[in-house]
Amino acid sequence: MQLTKRAISVDRSPMTLGEKIYLPAIAKGLKITLGHIFKKKATVSYPEVKRPFSPVFRGLHVLNRDEEGREKCTACGLCALACPAEAITMEAAERKKGEEHLYREEKYAARYEINMLRCIFCGYCEEACPKDAIYLSETVMPSNYSRDYFIYKKQDMLITDEQMKKRAEKGKG
Amino acid sequence: MLLLSIDWIFIIEKVALILVIILSSFGVAAYATWGERKVAAIMQDRIGPARAGIFGLLQPLADGGKLFFKEEIVPDRSTRTLFILGPALFMVTALMTSAVIPWGPDFSISIGGTERVVSLQVADINIGILYVFGVVSLGVYGVMLGGWSSNNKFSLLSAIRAASQSISYELAMGLSLIAVLMMTQTLSLREIVSQQHGFWQDGYFSWNFFKQPLAFLIFLVCSFAELNRAPFDMPECESELNMGYHQEYSSMKLGLYLFAEYINMFISSAVLATVFFGGYNFPWMDLVRDAVPGGLFSVICVTVLMIKVVGFILFFMFIRWTLPRFRYDQLLNLGWKGLIPLALLNLVITGGVILFFFNK
Repeated sequence: MQLTKRAISVDRSPMTLGEKIYLPAIAKGLKITLGHIFKKKATVSYPEVKRPFSPVFRGLHVLNRDEEGREKCTACGLCALACPAEAITMEAAERKKGEEHLYREEKYAARYEINMLRCIFCGYCEEACPKDAIYLSETVMPSNYSRDYFIYKKQDMLITDEQMKKRAEKGKG
Repeated sequence: MLLLSIDWIFIIEKVALILVIILSSFGVAAYATWGERKVAAIMQDRIGPARAGIFGLLQPLADGGKLFFKEEIVPDRSTRTLFILGPALFMVTALMTSAVIPWGPDFSISIGGTERVVSLQVADINIGILYVFGVVSLGVYGVMLGGWSSNNKFSLLSAIRAASQSISYELAMGLSLIAVLMMTQTLSLREIVSQQHGFWQDGYFSWNFFKQPLAFLIFLVCSFAELNRAPFDMPECESELNMGYHQEYSSMKLGLYLFAEYINMFISSAVLATVFFGGYNFPWMDLVRDAVPGGLFSVICVTVLMIKVVGFILFFMFIRWTLPRFRYDQLLNLGWKGLIPLALLNLVITGGVILFFFNK
């Protein structure tokens, strides 16, 4: 009985003399393997050559700042709520006088931590954020020997001046 | 007076030759591991070792260094003496075969005014081929002792396999060589090589490969089996026996086993080249000999032999990365029902041809 159209019946007839002496088959095999000498190598020498990520790639998180360099996050907690892995912890604080150049709104995240060992890089935090304060970059998470390393503090994720500059240049171009 | 009558220069010469041969065996074997990785990589569209040095050329050193620094483990219930003896024996037998291979023609140098003929062969014994066979069949003791004394069922099974495989294929190997020996009428490797002088002699190719193609084929297949290399790598067959006879070995003892296999490959390539592919002979060698000084000619001859050896080593590698492993019963069937009758047939044909056409 044939179950699928792709079923192939196996030939179980005894080997012919040509098959028994194996040599034609070996020559055929060698032809295939030796042919690969001239084929293009699939290897990418990683640290020197990097393959571009797909446009939907989700890597390490970045906490965003606006054009004047003020943190956008208001510690509303929606990202932590949306997080299916419960990787995000935060503590809110009120902005004092004289801190207007640091935080955009009256409330800000005094502590903002993501446990990268729990994070599944689903990107729900990015979707949940009403202030565009968090997004997932194209950086792959580095490896480390200690678990503490993987709890990323706010300072680890906050966008740097260098990145800001780069982004500004990109925007112009 | 006794000391004076000893030919000290002769001893120094031989010791130097032995050292050179053993060291170059090590060198070739080390770079064979590198070559094997490169060949495997190229056949699988990869680039292979590329980080250690240019083209990964320092990779063998890194491997050796790693093996030396690994922890040395001797299993609790193993037979300790035999366990240590196993890899040593395997290594020693691998190195011993090279003694009778003629690496190049003689050349003469003058030391203190007297002409000395220097032979590029450690020992020209008149039973050269027999010696090779004797040592090769000793080689299986290393595998057997190692597998048996590790007190591991996988190792034991693999050692038994290795023994029976090697015994079966030695028969066909010997029979295929007898046909060659009937033609050459000598067991001395030096004479076998000098009979294959040049490339074309008396209206026919002088290399034994062209006179005995079937014997060459049988010998080649058998040397795959003797070397425990794919497609006949039954003794180490990862998918059935984990790692085979060297499963319990670690550190440099494992290294010795793996390394000795590559030395075996080098030596058996040299034997193949010597017996069937004219050794250090090459086309138009008479012209070259008249054109260059004797010492340089010897160097050219050694280079030619090395090129042939490297060719065989590459062929061994190509086959390994092309063919899947035989099943064990298929292996024995091929040996006993295929190669031995074929070798006997070759023997009869050779005997008949010699009797009817060359019976002077």
